[in-house]
Amino acid sequence: MQVTLFHLMPYAEVDLAAARAHGTVWGLPNRNYDAQVAHRLYNRFLDELEYGETLGFDAVSVNEHHQTAYGLMPSPIVTASALARRTSRVKIAILGSALPLRSHPMMVAEEHAMIDVISGGRLISGFVRGIGAEYHTFGVNPTFSHDRFHEAHDLIVRAWTEKGPFAFEGHHYRVSYVNLWPQPLQKPHPPIWIPSQGSKETIDWAAHPDRRYTYLQTFSPAKVVARYLKMYRDTGEGYGYRAADSQLGWSVPVYVARDDESARKQARFHFENFRNVFVRMPLEMLLPPGYTSRESLKNVMKAKAQMFGDVTLEQALELGLFVCGSPDTVLNAFRKHWQEMRFGNLLVLCQFGTLPADLTRTNMELFAREVMPALKALN
Amino acid sequence: VSFTDGYAEVDGCKTRLRRGGTGAPLLFLHGANGAPVIMPFMEKLAQRFDVLVPEHPGYGKSDEPEWLENIHDLAYFYLDFLKALSLSNVTLVGTSMGGWIAMEMAVRDTSRIKSLVLVSPAGVTAPGLRAADIFLMAPEEAVRNLFVDRKLAEARLAQPEDIDISLKNRHTTARLAWEPRLHDPFLPKWLHRIDVPVKLVWGREDRILPVGLAEVLAQRIPGAHVHILENCGHLPHAEKPDEFVDIVCR
Repeated sequence: MQVTLFHLMPYAEVDLAAARAHGTVWGLPNRNYDAQVAHRLYNRFLDELEYGETLGFDAVSVNEHHQTAYGLMPSPIVTASALARRTSRVKIAILGSALPLRSHPMMVAEEHAMIDVISGGRLISGFVRGIGAEYHTFGVNPTFSHDRFHEAHDLIVRAWTEKGPFAFEGHHYRVSYVNLWPQPLQKPHPPIWIPSQGSKETIDWAAHPDRRYTYLQTFSPAKVVARYLKMYRDTGEGYGYRAADSQLGWSVPVYVARDDESARKQARFHFENFRNVFVRMPLEMLLPPGYTSRESLKNVMKAKAQMFGDVTLEQALELGLFVCGSPDTVLNAFRKHWQEMRFGNLLVLCQFGTLPADLTRTNMELFAREVMPALKALN
Repeated sequence: VSFTDGYAEVDGCKTRLRRGGTGAPLLFLHGANGAPVIMPFMEKLAQRFDVLVPEHPGYGKSDEPEWLENIHDLAYFYLDFLKALSLSNVTLVGTSMGGWIAMEMAVRDTSRIKSLVLVSPAGVTAPGLRAADIFLMAPEEAVRNLFVDRKLAEARLAQPEDIDISLKNRHTTARLAWEPRLHDPFLPKWLHRIDVPVKLVWGREDRILPVGLAEVLAQRIPGAHVHILENCGHLPHAEKPDEFVDIVCR
């Protein structure tokens, strides 16, 4: 198994009362933001990711979110670039760039290619559509989100792999001269991973034999993770091939301490903030029209009370939304899940919500030293 | 007056069409919430007009054609619709999104249009007169924001709702009006081409599209007369049906 250290770089010192009063940290007025705090946090979080290489993670990962305390990385390009020069062996995963939000996806092709070349071929490219809230902040029409995603992806992969100049004539993007300098170092191109909250359309597309992209199920109850990873395998079978374990991944917050009781005690406040303040947003913001199929939207509306209510640490553990405990407890939980799901990639979020630097560091060290070696050996 | 309920096929799109009354044709173009039922003002208008109430492509029980990508597509569709049904001398009444469609039609071709009645139409914006963000409103809040009279809002909320149709309507509204939000930045340049009489009807207390937009439009459309209704929200035809019908028939 390949293990990735994933970071959201939240504005961890957010005024929780203000965030609660606003109902969500998405679109929280930026009078609540302090650049000195952000300066400290960015450098702390980049240190944490760099430490991930020292601790032996296979990859470190950043992502993209806009206008929110949930994550301070409107451009994952900036953080991935910093990591490219400060690390030397670890893979760098951008999970991902929000393609439909870009008016010019060729910039994504160029920026990812630069990082791949600078890092000596260590880039993992992730593509996402961006979260629903970002269609509100960016104004991009969510009913064209899937179309724009697919078209931008086609343009990027062709720009990486074909000799230019050639013309790209899409419905949403038109470029007269595609002629990339630089093209990526990895051939035919960097691995492409597709993080998702779970959708049949995304799985059909990612699992297609032309792509076979690694599919990551993010922050979902273990049962839901199992369902979608199985759907991916079944879809592969439907296409006439057997999906490799490396095509499947699970992204989950993790907290390890010396014993179960200390772990829960230390993580509770910070995890509950993460789940109930940072992640929360109103349905209208989360799922604008067209972002998902109307069938999925209807199902979410039915499950609204459950999805949008508060979750306690105990409920999260029960659901497998969070893995927390002593090294043994955490290892056994992942072993059990792995035996059931056979995901070849595990992405652990070792800092979440308000979790401070000292606890994040101990968490990373215990996970890396006492859990990760046994997980890497799973095959 | 009884209305027939059937379908017309125009531009390959099966379009639900209610039709009732006798007289000169009056085409009613609904807003973002569709036109699921025959409303009292339609019955009243049918005493004077041959009233046609379609559901736009992408709304209600009409098809969702692949060609439907922006408001201009609906303008061309309804110009084809007038031609396909051999309608001329048409009184074109449009509310909100429907008023926007009516203007987009009229800047292109008024040969079959006798006059326009624009009821708190979307389609233009101006500094300080931004439309409310209908896509961030919870469904109940959205209904309450339509009316001044709370009883009307509660009555509307008490009606059974077809969830599939309301999600379909919302989807099409987003497709047409998400960005630029509820307007066409190029429309004001050409509003002077509307060469038929225009009545602009607005509720003073409109919480969706501010009443100040009436003056913005009146300055651009040569034959426009403004009618502001007091104690009235975004749907004058629903909230003040008698006054509304008087204005249309005047």
